[in-house]
Amino acid sequence: MTEPLQKPQPRNPVRALRRPTLPPTARSRAALRFTAAAAEGRFELQTCADCATLQYPPRAVCVNCLSHRLEWRAVSGEGELNAATTLHHANELYFRERMPMRLGAVKLDAGPVVLTHVHGDCVVPSRVRVRAHLDKSGQAALIALPPQDTENMADDPMLREMTSDPKFRKVLVTDGKSAVGQAVARALIDAGADLVWVGVAEPWKQAAGLDKLKALRQVEIVPLDVTDEKSVRDLAGVIGGKVDILINTAELHRTHKIADRGSETARAEMEVNYLGLLRLAQAFGPAMQARAAEGSVPATAWVNLLSIYALAALPSHGTFSASKAAAFALSQNLRAEMRHAGIRVVNVFPGPIDDEWNQLVPPPKLGASALAKAIVAALRHGVEDIYPGDVAQDIVTRFRESQKVLERELWDQ
Amino acid sequence: MRSRYEGVVIAAPVTIPYVRYSTRDAHWFLGRALAALIKRAGITKDALDGLCVSSFTLFPDSAVGLTQHFGVSPRWLDHVPMGGASGIVMLRRAARAVQAGDADIVACLAGDTNHVDSFRANLANFSRFARDAVYPIGAGGPNASFALLTAYYMRQFGIAAADFGKLCVAQRDNALKFPYALFRKPLTLDEYLDARPIADPLKLFDCVMPCAGAEGFLVMREARARALGLPFARILGTIERHNAFPDDPIQIRGGWALDRDDLYAQAGVGPADMDFVQVYDDYPVISVMQLEDLGFCAKGEGADFVRRNTFTVGGSLPLNTSGGQLSAGQAGAGGGSLGLTEAVRQLTGETLGAKVDDAKLGLVSGFGMINYDRGLCGGAAVLGRA
Repeated sequence: MTEPLQKPQPRNPVRALRRPTLPPTARSRAALRFTAAAAEGRFELQTCADCATLQYPPRAVCVNCLSHRLEWRAVSGEGELNAATTLHHANELYFRERMPMRLGAVKLDAGPVVLTHVHGDCVVPSRVRVRAHLDKSGQAALIALPPQDTENMADDPMLREMTSDPKFRKVLVTDGKSAVGQAVARALIDAGADLVWVGVAEPWKQAAGLDKLKALRQVEIVPLDVTDEKSVRDLAGVIGGKVDILINTAELHRTHKIADRGSETARAEMEVNYLGLLRLAQAFGPAMQARAAEGSVPATAWVNLLSIYALAALPSHGTFSASKAAAFALSQNLRAEMRHAGIRVVNVFPGPIDDEWNQLVPPPKLGASALAKAIVAALRHGVEDIYPGDVAQDIVTRFRESQKVLERELWDQ
Repeated sequence: MRSRYEGVVIAAPVTIPYVRYSTRDAHWFLGRALAALIKRAGITKDALDGLCVSSFTLFPDSAVGLTQHFGVSPRWLDHVPMGGASGIVMLRRAARAVQAGDADIVACLAGDTNHVDSFRANLANFSRFARDAVYPIGAGGPNASFALLTAYYMRQFGIAAADFGKLCVAQRDNALKFPYALFRKPLTLDEYLDARPIADPLKLFDCVMPCAGAEGFLVMREARARALGLPFARILGTIERHNAFPDDPIQIRGGWALDRDDLYAQAGVGPADMDFVQVYDDYPVISVMQLEDLGFCAKGEGADFVRRNTFTVGGSLPLNTSGGQLSAGQAGAGGGSLGLTEAVRQLTGETLGAKVDDAKLGLVSGFGMINYDRGLCGGAAVLGRA
């Protein structure tokens, strides 16, 4: 059985930090489709549209009928673990630092043989569940899990490399005044977070629910105004070297069209939603990346609360959509930069949140605690993009079917 | 019935001494092998009209670049990127070319360099499947692949670590007399069993050691060999097969099992007639699979076969008489020709190490290219004394 993860000891400051290394990142273009599915938590295999053969590794044509009409379809990862080995030697630095490590060969019920990482609780031969997860390099890798969940299953060292479980971690939630920020803090504590710093801007203004949050043992209220560069840098100077997960929930949402009035509101939205993220990334990014391989509970993830309307603008919330689109673009850049350390950047694309700025939006709307649970689940499952709520699911589906059709459908909503 | 290789022979086995690491490049080792071949044959390089090359570390060159590099103008050229099967495949290609008159003398070269970090660098780009589905999970290189094959084989067929050890110890004994072997210290079964683990169940002496070096041989008509005064061996039968048994969930057999009847029919002899065997041996499990698939015993009876026989040069079945790759080292693609050059030396009496008494027939087999979860290329040849 997996040894339960122990609460990490404070770092010995005399010891050098362990520098982040990555598993090999090169993939063929075909294999990147495998990564794309894993990034959203799906296990998909290449499937022949003509003869329905499933294949792995990804190919240019069907291994059975040579058709080039190949599609990616979600499949069951169940199969038989036929052989496993424990490696004691590796040539790549990343694996060398993680010896010993188990690998195995699984014959999937769906057909192909897959070579996988093997969870410590799997026995040979036996049934297993194979999952595709993003590894530290941000590319998909396979891991075989025991047929049923085991005690401490999530504490397996390789599984932890592929996920960002909040257990024992120190997390910064950037805005504790919003219902979403407060719900995220609570969900993190429920997931075993060691400490949650909750940022509060303009502390002289009262905010509902903050006193209750303050009373929690794991919560520490910290001053943070993402529109103020000095405020962001000051906080990073105090806690920047300890943050394992940063969840940026700070957002400003007004409901304006272009024609409504001057640029002040749009500027204010950009100050929080776009420039706020930029300031956080500049102040907190480097220290998190430096600690990405440190100890048993290293810095691991950065979460951005975006909006489904970052993908396709909702004209009735035009300036808000534009600021979230800007934040989305910046977040993609942040992901590209943070991958060098193995820090996962998670983009959250919710539909309308049930708050005062969506008063006139018809249901279904997303409650704060449902959104918070989705964020924690994303961290636990190691996924990189989530679309929580029915509206977000609906819009992302339509977006992928036809961006142009969706653009017109959103005109009158 | 396939036509035989009447009148075509293999001669002039050369080995460029193996070193663990080298600052030279593959071109240097292959160039030295070519120079050794023409010196051994007593010809000028202009007399060579065929060239065949196998190497992993030649990039960005292939055989064609070597023609200009070496200043030769062959009328027949081949590049055989098949690693451990390349020796057999080069021999087959060259023999047919000579037989058909497309070339008169073909030089076959196989070898690689081994820089301090080149093994790791080669693994990263070994194949598209390796890059997409093997290297990213830390299974870079054959250790992990052979660990899975070995673990599965042991569970299926009940062979013990000591059985694999018996092969390794016997080969080390053979290597003690072979001047080019990198391992020249006796190995005991206890040392084998107590060695440090590499990839369970594989331990240190189960794993081939990469090194730098090269092998070479010539293929020509018998009449030409006689005219040059070169000792030679006859090519009695050959086979090759790629991606055999793709539906086996884990590799327990290779293409030899499909084609061995064809091999022995072409050669007109059987496994019991062999005076020695040179199998491809980067890991002992694959030696046992070859013995099974080439008909020395039935599938799954390898353990019993190993227990019933002795494999030193003076044993009941002399196996890998120069120590094999496990004791001589694996000079990259050169490992696929190590068994061939040794077999020719045994059959012509030009041995550098221990000599099998009165060897008339020998079997050489090759295995190469772990592309994803299994080795894809297999081949074998029966050679006979002139």
